[in-house]
Amino acid sequence: MTPWFVFALMTVAAIFAVLWPLGRGNRDASQDLEGQGSETAVYKDQLAEIERDLAAGLIAAPEAEAARVEIGRRLLAAASSEQASAGQSHVNWRRAAAVLALIGVPLVAIGVYAPLGSPQLKDFPLAERSRAPNMAQSLENLVTQVEQHLEKNPTDGRGWNVLAPVLERLGRYDDAVRAYRNVLTYSGENAERHSDLGEALSAAAGGVVTAEAKSEFERALALNAEEPKANYFLGLAAEQDGRKDDAAKIWRGLLAKAPADAPWRPLVASSLVRVGGSAAPALSDETLAAAKDLSEGDRGAMVRGMVERLATRLKQNGDDVDGWLRLVRAYLVMGERDKAKAALSDARQAIANDADRLRQLNEGLKNLGLDG
Amino acid sequence: MIAESGHYALVLALALALIQSIVPLIGARLNDAALMNVARSTALAQLLFVGASFIALVTLHVASDFSVANVYENSHSMKPLIYKITGVWGNHEGSMLLWVSILALFGGLVALFGNNLPLSLRAHVLSVQAWVASAFYLFILMTSNPFLRIANPPIEGRDLNPVLQDIGLAVHPPMLYLGYVGFSISFSFAIAALMEGRIDAAWARWVRPWTLMAWIFLTLGIAMGSYWAYYELGWGGWWFWDPVENASLMPWLAGTALLHSALVMEKRNALKVWTILLSILTFSLSLLGTFLVRSGVLTSVHAFASDPTRGVFILLILCVFIGGSLSLYAARASSLKQGGLFAPISREGALVLNNLFLTTACATVLVGTLYPLGLEVLTHEKISVGAPFFNLTFGPLFVPLLIAVPFGPMLAWKRGDLLGAAQRLMAAGIGALLVLALVWAWARGGSALAAPAIALAVFVILGSLTDLVERAGLFRVPFATALSRARGLPRSVWGTAFAHAGLGVALIGIVCETTWNSEYIGTMKPEDVAKVAGYELKLDGLLQRQGPNFREMIAQFEVFSDGDKVSVMAPSKRSFSTRGSSTTEAALLTRGASQLYVSLGDVTSEGAIAVRIYHKPLVLLIWWGPVLMAFGGMLSLSDRRLRVGAPKPARAQQRLQPAE
Repeated sequence: MTPWFVFALMTVAAIFAVLWPLGRGNRDASQDLEGQGSETAVYKDQLAEIERDLAAGLIAAPEAEAARVEIGRRLLAAASSEQASAGQSHVNWRRAAAVLALIGVPLVAIGVYAPLGSPQLKDFPLAERSRAPNMAQSLENLVTQVEQHLEKNPTDGRGWNVLAPVLERLGRYDDAVRAYRNVLTYSGENAERHSDLGEALSAAAGGVVTAEAKSEFERALALNAEEPKANYFLGLAAEQDGRKDDAAKIWRGLLAKAPADAPWRPLVASSLVRVGGSAAPALSDETLAAAKDLSEGDRGAMVRGMVERLATRLKQNGDDVDGWLRLVRAYLVMGERDKAKAALSDARQAIANDADRLRQLNEGLKNLGLDG
Repeated sequence: MIAESGHYALVLALALALIQSIVPLIGARLNDAALMNVARSTALAQLLFVGASFIALVTLHVASDFSVANVYENSHSMKPLIYKITGVWGNHEGSMLLWVSILALFGGLVALFGNNLPLSLRAHVLSVQAWVASAFYLFILMTSNPFLRIANPPIEGRDLNPVLQDIGLAVHPPMLYLGYVGFSISFSFAIAALMEGRIDAAWARWVRPWTLMAWIFLTLGIAMGSYWAYYELGWGGWWFWDPVENASLMPWLAGTALLHSALVMEKRNALKVWTILLSILTFSLSLLGTFLVRSGVLTSVHAFASDPTRGVFILLILCVFIGGSLSLYAARASSLKQGGLFAPISREGALVLNNLFLTTACATVLVGTLYPLGLEVLTHEKISVGAPFFNLTFGPLFVPLLIAVPFGPMLAWKRGDLLGAAQRLMAAGIGALLVLALVWAWARGGSALAAPAIALAVFVILGSLTDLVERAGLFRVPFATALSRARGLPRSVWGTAFAHAGLGVALIGIVCETTWNSEYIGTMKPEDVAKVAGYELKLDGLLQRQGPNFREMIAQFEVFSDGDKVSVMAPSKRSFSTRGSSTTEAALLTRGASQLYVSLGDVTSEGAIAVRIYHKPLVLLIWWGPVLMAFGGMLSLSDRRLRVGAPKPARAQQRLQPAE
């Protein structure tokens, strides 16, 4: 059955509801008129009711009498005003009404339904849809299904183990944290699971290794001191705390023990360069990553803005040798050699009274390939 | 197919309603029976189609068909079945569909049982019903269509607002709507009378039972909503003078007035024009209630439906219907035939007094509700009119009304004897004074007004009992005779007594709860003990549990009274992951009519939990009162006799037995 067939049947039923009283014979109609309720009928009923009440002892005789007089008066008035209204039949009007129904109902129905309805869409009850899984189901739908399964069986550790990394990849870090916690609860603890939880916790905190995450990594190391992920993140934590040397030490140790083909080697190596390498620190990883997504022009504007901010800061406080080096390097990268030189002389002026810093600056400049 | 058929059925209902709003009127003009009878068959067909449409939506919700936007937005496949069903009217679109379904139901009932109505009256009434219905069908189809589809349906829905996932919500809106929409019948009758230019006796006979039915549902609906707010919202209050609550209270006040004036009209053929005005006002206030809740003018718990375009549409409906009906009233009322006469002191007079107080009370609520809105529109200044305003205006209006309540049924029709009534109420008065003295002697603290208020409530209850005692002749005739007489009393008399006593019962509950309510608010750790009103509550511990579509944290309390363990209470906090929101499930311990109420706050970092514990003395009376009122209404409704008020004869001798 197509929907249009059903609609047609319904329309016919609706039209029939209008035509049926119109089509009934004149005799039926006049019977209706005669049988209809009227004022006099109500008053007659009321009189009968008074008799009943009197018989039941609900009202006393004088009151019943007064009521009878009152109602009788109304009855007379009503009877005289009620003309014997013979039913009239207006065939033309009835035909007009029938035509109105025959044309108007389908017209209104289609006119209103057509722009609003979606007759081409079938029903999609949930039960049917899960039975016939669709190959093109999106990752989100699959995740939803797994989540539903886990709502019902919350102690399924393996399920949580499958779900957690997916949630993390989808950016649902808080849910991922919850999932990893459930993995720990229901599948038992090991170093890897603690590190995973710690990673999710720091992801949820926007990349910061929080105290909570740190304790997870430490717990992981207590179970297995070689756990690379925990080591890496503890190094990151040290870096974020400003203990660069500690960070470098941890990462160096990690690299020393790592197998040559470990996939995370480059990451650790680059991190090591960031903290321990003699190259002056450039923009942080996050900022670079953010810059990657920007268009060429935007990126330029972003970099220039950052350089300008750095320059202003250094004008106010010129003690920061690293800052000066970064500024000079930035100008070089941007191809503005003159500005770089100007910055250099500013730097020399600012730290002229401090021999230690001056030496530091000169060393840094050598690395940049810019001779003072 | 179900979705589209439901949609199409709704459209067909609109088409039928349009025909029903024109053809029968022409028939009535021409006095053509066939044309007038179109009203009946279209009304029934309309009921059929809207009913099918509503059932289709329920089916879609039950089957979790997320290709329907309404289902996707308000349902979840893991929701328990009952909330899948109640979720249909837990959202704006579905609740409007429920609204029109009930409207069609009432239209169908008039069509089915209206055989004893004059044909032209029935045609007019059904036409007016069809106008209202057409407006709302258009509103639903244009601005809040529940059958809109999503081409690529998501696999899971967004779930219903968790505070609405509650059994209270399963019952509250349908009740309220049965009340609101029920008043549409008396409205249609009023408009029909104005159009015909005459008020039939049959008219009067019809309006009272319909009004009574609407009133019963509205009473229960409001009480249900108030109880729901009390236990689900978790702050222990039961009435907040929130604009949405006021929106349901106003039709109730006007409807109560209408009920009483319709009684006078049916029994005594008097107050006809006034009853017509009240019918119009009551339904207008019902529409206003719908408007206030649905348009998003108000932000409150109910603001799950806010959208400016809807607001404009409803405002338009409101202007057309209220403005139109009042203009019609102004134009035609003077031509209507005035009814019977009566002395100022008489049952009719008492009912007029009741009407005056009720409509004034209704007006104060209206002012208190709309004034802040108006002010905000004009000056952008936000003020809130809260409990103090209503306590100061509504309270003083209700005190004289309550004092007058027991007098009403004691007075005879047409001309009454106030002194006689006062004498008969002597016992009730003395009882009230006794209670006053007792409460004053016993009560500690609280407002000085509490004792008089309780005495007033006792007076109302005793007064309504006195009426029964007088009629049965208890203490005057042998007990057995009195008993059989009491059994022979019409059910409407019992109904009146119950309804009036319910008023007193509710008042006692309100006064006790607000005056002697005690509370403990603080943070508790496991093994901590809180003391409230002679009870000791020990927190045993916190535990987590997984529900069908939520996780909940339960706190277990052991309750001790005088060292004996009374019970265990387990309030909880549920968090619903789909909506990312949580609800508090208060734990209630009922002791007599009093309740102990525990609701949870947040967990602090040290593992302690914020707890609110209230002891609410006699709080349940607040809802028993309305239930009693509704029961009285049902008794009266079940009394199938014609109501005839026999007048007191002019120079008859004084009798103790009042007239009925």
